Amino acid sequence: MIQLDNVTKRYPGGQEALSGLTLSVDKGEMLFVTGHSGAGKSTLLRLIALIERPTSGQVIVDGQNTRRVKRRKIPAYRRQIGMVFQDHKLLYDRPVSDNVALPLVIAGVGHREAGRRVRAALDQVGLLHKEKQRPETLSAGEQQRVGIARAIVTRPKLLIADEPTGNLDPDLSLEVMRIFRRFNEVGVTLLIASHDLSLIDRMGCPRIALEDGRLISEQEDDPSWQ
Amino acid sequence: MAVTRHSDAVAPVRRSGPITIWLTRHVSTSIGSLGRLVRQPFASLMIILVIAVTLAIPAALNLIVKNARSISDSWDNALDFSIYLNLSISETDAQALARLIEQRADVESVQLITAGEALTEFKQQSGFGQALDHLSENPLPHTLVVRPGPANTSASMILLQEELSNLPEADIVQVDTEWVQRFHAILDIVRQGILIGASLLGVAIIVIIGNTIRLDIQNRREEIEVTKLIGGSNGFVRRPFLWSGFWYGLFGGLLALALVQYGLFLLEQPAARLAGLYQSGIAILALSRNESLSILAIGIGLGLIGSWFAAARHMRRIEPR
Repeated sequence: MIQLDNVTKRYPGGQEALSGLTLSVDKGEMLFVTGHSGAGKSTLLRLIALIERPTSGQVIVDGQNTRRVKRRKIPAYRRQIGMVFQDHKLLYDRPVSDNVALPLVIAGVGHREAGRRVRAALDQVGLLHKEKQRPETLSAGEQQRVGIARAIVTRPKLLIADEPTGNLDPDLSLEVMRIFRRFNEVGVTLLIASHDLSLIDRMGCPRIALEDGRLISEQEDDPSWQ
Repeated sequence: MAVTRHSDAVAPVRRSGPITIWLTRHVSTSIGSLGRLVRQPFASLMIILVIAVTLAIPAALNLIVKNARSISDSWDNALDFSIYLNLSISETDAQALARLIEQRADVESVQLITAGEALTEFKQQSGFGQALDHLSENPLPHTLVVRPGPANTSASMILLQEELSNLPEADIVQVDTEWVQRFHAILDIVRQGILIGASLLGVAIIVIIGNTIRLDIQNRREEIEVTKLIGGSNGFVRRPFLWSGFWYGLFGGLLALALVQYGLFLLEQPAARLAGLYQSGIAILALSRNESLSILAIGIGLGLIGSWFAAARHMRRIEPR
């Protein structure tokens, strides 16, 4: 699903966020990326989402070389990927249901169909009863679940999440991870950046560790987890 | 999952035809933009008022010119002829000729200005009074001022002028159309001036709307950023701002029309009284339907141009970080 080939990202000023990173994520995999802040986790996700482009090397997402995606085509490219952010990036001037509906509105889905799918997505994250509320009236964990509902409402094959539990307490974090796992079980490929090692241990998913923009370890999943 | 046309991006979603999608999007975006305007009634009203006044001023001036022209057109048939007689014609002959011309059916009245009267008047008005005293004889001829009858058409006026010129006693026949022509020339200049002024005001409207939309874009920066992050194209994020410009222009145009109509209403009675005094059937010309529609179209056009400039300039800079 995702393939990085000797990818380097150097920012103006010479700082290297990723140095010759090679890595692949299989279809249907749920992979964690760990590492300290500044290790390159976010940069990796930003390259996949085409928020940034690599200085050198290739990023291939679902058979598409991102280098060949023209600037004008970036929105269409991004619509294929579900994205979840640490700070949720919700719009606070409209109710939960409108937030979740935004990707469908962008894609031009009809009103009735969109409503149906928004409710289905909210149901999946357990927030159907809060669809009329404004995001600021929700707890941090609920806001993050709204963000997840928005990411999956278009049924993307790939979901990337940058520190999705960064602001949540352990119980809420586990809840969010369980939601992710359920998507994974129906075939969604997930790439999740997190520094919460104990949580990742409990999930028993494969993980890679980054340090100074380099891959330092790869670990297969732990079958003992349930 | 290849990148294809953006409407195909979300493959599993059942979708309607592209035109329906396009229409639905525009209808919902336009209503959304209208809602935003309504939710900030004071700010919106101020901008609409500025646009309305800016549109109404040239429209009203143009209407004044139009009316002045139509009134002066009706004066064309009420012009006097001045017949300067040969110097050899005596005052008695001049009086006889005056009576003769007065009997014509197409002439209302004839007034004789004798050479002596003309000189006195010239002395008073030219400022050469003392110098003229030294003249041994009066260089001025007797003059007949012929006022044509009201039934004359342009063609019969020309005929009358020809016949008067052919009189053996007549030296020069002058029609006092010059001042009307001058007046029309002045009106043309005024009209040009209004056009130039209106163009400048149009630029002002573009700037006003552009600036308003720019502020709006800045206020909604986060929303634009998030929308782009989850796949909203530049066109998608630009659309609500273009609609805002459209609404500003439309409402500005409508209010401008209302202002002009109200001005006409205020002028209606005084104008009717004036027309009554002159016993003329002159009525104020209002804006024609085409002129009204033009004002609306210009308002909308300027609104769209202003918002498009602002959106094109500021939207591109807002990219997800």
